[in-house]
Amino acid sequence: MDTTEITSLIQPKEPKKLSIISFSGDFDKLVATFTLATGAAATGYEVNIFFTFWGLDAIKEKKGRAFVGKGFLGKIFGFLMGGLHSAPVSRLNFCGISPKIFRYLMRKKNVATLEELVEAAKALEVNMYACEMAMHILGLQKSDFIHEVKDVLGVATFLDISEGGRTLFI
Amino acid sequence: MSTVKLDITKEHCPMTFVKTKIALSKLQTGEILEVLLVEGEPLQNVPKSSREQGYKVLEVSHVEGLVHKVLIEK
Repeated sequence: MDTTEITSLIQPKEPKKLSIISFSGDFDKLVATFTLATGAAATGYEVNIFFTFWGLDAIKEKKGRAFVGKGFLGKIFGFLMGGLHSAPVSRLNFCGISPKIFRYLMRKKNVATLEELVEAAKALEVNMYACEMAMHILGLQKSDFIHEVKDVLGVATFLDISEGGRTLFI
Repeated sequence: MSTVKLDITKEHCPMTFVKTKIALSKLQTGEILEVLLVEGEPLQNVPKSSREQGYKVLEVSHVEGLVHKVLIEK
């Protein structure tokens, strides 16, 4: 038995857990979030995604632009932010033309689209959480999100959930 | 013992893993999943991650060109 084998016996392996803070609502960054999440879940990881600020757009029940949220400003923000289908790309958005081109290219090249990745995340039972504080600012409620959103959390609970695994901020 | 077939030769990451995992989750214990996949990432990691998740990889064999066949028992 060599040193590496002995070390691996003494030190238990890091649990297979991936936690992602999904901050950006950009199309390309959401593709990265859901690619990592579904790939990890499919290879045996426990996966947690904590959606906050712009990231909340990805889990809204209404996928396009809609006056979601409480209060006048909340509704205006809700409309401007939009949902999964109206996510802009982080560079060269060209007034929303680029996400359409990306979706076309992804379908043409048989790469999973953002919507397919989200459906895969649901099927693989990825744990999705919404940020309580960001929801409060934007006047959003849990009922404004897809029903797969497991819970509404604050920082302390997210840190407890993600403890012992790897955490990414996207 | 029944065998379910899955062709992921035209899929790309992460759907290679996703489709395999979803197909395996639908099988009954003892049933076999026959996966057709290509060399590279899918061939390296589909059998590996299946083993890690407690499934039994019965066979990995070359079919033709870049295509390989993996038999996984649930």
